[in-house]
Amino acid sequence: MSVGPDAIRTRAIKVAKSTSLSLTAIGLALLVSAVLILLAGFNPLIAYAALLKGAFGDSFAIGNTLARTTPLIFTGLAVAFAFRCNLLNIGAEGQLYAGALASVVVGIFVTGLPTPLHIMLAIAAGFAAGAMWGGLAGLMKSQRGINEIVSTIMLNFVAIFFVSYMVQGPIAEPPGFFHQTAQVATTARLPIIAPKSDLSIGILIAVGCAIFIAYLLWRTPFGLRLRTVGRSEGAARFAGIPVNRFMFGAMSISGGLAGLAGTVEIIGSQYRLLDFFSPGYGFDGIAVAFLGRSDPIGVIFAAFLFAALRIGANQMQRTTGLPTSLVLVIQGTVILFILGAGILQWYRQRQQEKGA
Amino acid sequence: MEAFFSVLDADFFSATLRLTTPLLFATLGGILNERAGVINIGLEGTMLMAALIGVFGAWFSGSAWFGLFTGILIGGLIAWIHAFVSISLKANQIVSGAAINLIGVGLSSFLIRIVFGLKDQQRVVPHFEPVSVPYLSDIPLIGPILFQQHSLVYVALLLVPIMWVILFRTRWGLMITSVGEHPEASATVGINPLRTRYIAVILSGALAGAGGAFLSLGQLHFFQDEMVAGRGFIALAAVIFARWNPVGALIACLIFGGADALQFRGQAAGLAVPHQFMLMFPYVLTLAILVVVGGKSQGPAAIGQPYSKG
Repeated sequence: MSVGPDAIRTRAIKVAKSTSLSLTAIGLALLVSAVLILLAGFNPLIAYAALLKGAFGDSFAIGNTLARTTPLIFTGLAVAFAFRCNLLNIGAEGQLYAGALASVVVGIFVTGLPTPLHIMLAIAAGFAAGAMWGGLAGLMKSQRGINEIVSTIMLNFVAIFFVSYMVQGPIAEPPGFFHQTAQVATTARLPIIAPKSDLSIGILIAVGCAIFIAYLLWRTPFGLRLRTVGRSEGAARFAGIPVNRFMFGAMSISGGLAGLAGTVEIIGSQYRLLDFFSPGYGFDGIAVAFLGRSDPIGVIFAAFLFAALRIGANQMQRTTGLPTSLVLVIQGTVILFILGAGILQWYRQRQQEKGA
Repeated sequence: MEAFFSVLDADFFSATLRLTTPLLFATLGGILNERAGVINIGLEGTMLMAALIGVFGAWFSGSAWFGLFTGILIGGLIAWIHAFVSISLKANQIVSGAAINLIGVGLSSFLIRIVFGLKDQQRVVPHFEPVSVPYLSDIPLIGPILFQQHSLVYVALLLVPIMWVILFRTRWGLMITSVGEHPEASATVGINPLRTRYIAVILSGALAGAGGAFLSLGQLHFFQDEMVAGRGFIALAAVIFARWNPVGALIACLIFGGADALQFRGQAAGLAVPHQFMLMFPYVLTLAILVVVGGKSQGPAAIGQPYSKG
C-alpha cells in the first residue's frame, strides 16, 4: 500500500493515457454525428453551439446539467464498483427502482422527524433496498453459481413491475387517478442549491460518495482484497480471501449505490414516485462506468458528459429542429470508439500474421 | 377462478402466438450467439433498428417482404459490429451491447423524424396481413388460433425444429457448441473459433432483425420510438429459461408471450390478480428454476470470454 513517487507517476501516466483516449473518442463521435447532421440537412456547428449553450449557457442550464449528473454518478459508481470485483451488474436499473420505492415510502409515511434525520432515514432506506436487490444477485452468484448478468436482467423486470404495482395500488396517491404516489414530506427533501433549478445537494452527496468509494477501493485492506478477487479469483482463494463473501458484498454495495440514484431522484428532484420514471439511468450507468474506466473519479466526469449531452439536446432541438435523440447516438459512438481503441493493435497483429 | 378461465379463449391463444413470434426470433438468435460463447445484450437496439429499417424498406419499395429483408440485413450488419468489437478486438461484450442499445434507441428515433418528417412519423407502410390457411382455418377453436396468423408466425415456428436439427444433428451445430464451451480445444481439432463465432453472431443479429421487422411490419404497421419495449432483454431471459435449446425457446417464449397476452386481457376483464404480477411471473419463474437447478449446469462455459490464438 505504499504511495511513493513512482506509484504516483505510474498512475498519472495511466490517467493521462485514458483521458486522452476518451477525449479522442469523444472527438471522433462528434465528427461522426456531424456527418449525420449534415446528411440530415442541418449545420453541425450551429447544432453543437446550441448543445453547448443548452448545457452550460447560464447558471440555470448548468444547474440542470448537474442535477442530471447526480443519478448517473450513482449508477456509474454502482457498475464500476462491481466491475472492480469482476462482476457485471447490469441490474442498476432495478436497484434504482428498489431504492426509489424505499425512499418514497419513508418520505411519505414516516412523519414527525426533523429534516436532517428524515433525509438520512430516506437515504439509508434507499441504500438498504438497493443493496438488498443487488445482494440477492450476489447471493445467487456466490451460493448457486448463477451468473450475475443473467440474474440482474430478471431482477430488473421484477423491480420495475413491482414498483408499477405499488404506485397503481397500495401506495397510489388518493384517489388514485394517476399512476403516482403523493409527494414526500418537505422534511424529507434535499435542500436545493441553485434557486429555480432542480439542483439539490444530491450532487455533493454523489461526489462525496465517489471520493469515498475511491478511498475504499485503493486505501483500505477491504478494497485491496476486493480488487484481488476481481483480478483473479484463483489467486484470491489462494491468498485465503473469502471470495464468495466478497462477491456478495460487492454486489450489495453496488446495488446500494444504484439505490441511491433512485433516492436522490425522489428526495432531490421529483418528490414523488411514478411508474417507469427512470429514463434508463441504470443502463446508462454501464456506459458511464466504462467511459470513466471504472474509476470513481472518472465516473464523475463521464456522468457529467452524459448529462450535459442530454440537457444540451433540448436547446439543440429548439434552435435547429434536430431531434434530441441524436445525443444518444453520440453517447453510443463514444463508447464504441473507446472499445475500438484496440483496432490499431488488432491491425498490426493481422499484418504480422500475413507477413509471417 | 371462473373469470380467469373466461379469459383463456381463442383470442387469447391467438394473441399469445402473435406476441410470441418476435420474441421467438430474437430468442433463437440469442441461443445461437450464446452457444458460440458470445453474449449480446444489444439485441434490444438491434431489433429497434430493424423495426425502423424494415419500415423504410417497405415504404420505399412498396413491399412488406422487401422491408423484412432490409430489417434482417440491418440486424446482421449491427451484429457484425458487435462481432468485430467483441471477437476481433476482444473488447467487453456487455459494454459493446450497451453501446449498441444506446445507438439503436437514438438513431432510430433520429432517422424516423428526419426521413418521414416530424408530422408524418407514424406513416403506415405496406405491411403483413394474417393469412387464412384454406379449410384448416375453419376448424373451430384451433383454426383461428393456428391457421389465421401472419406468415412470419409460421416461419418462426418452423425455425424451432430447423434450429434444433442444425444445433444437435449437424457438424456445424457441433462446431458452434464447441467454440462456446472450449474454443482452445476446438481450435486443436481444426475448427476456426473466430470464424464460427462471427457466423453465429451475425446470424443471431439477422434473426433478431426478423423479430424487430415483425414488430413494425406485422403488428404496428408503422414505427414508434422504443417500440421494442424491452423485448430484446426479455429474449435474453428466455434464452436462459430455454436452457439454450430451441425447443425450450418455444416453451419459454410461449410463457413470456402468454403472460403478456394475459395481462392485457386480465386488465380488460378485471381479474383480481394485478397485471404487473402476471408480467413478473416469467422472470420469477426463471430465477426460481435457476436457483433450483444451480449454476453448474448453466450455459456455455466460455461465454463472454474472448478467444486468443495461443
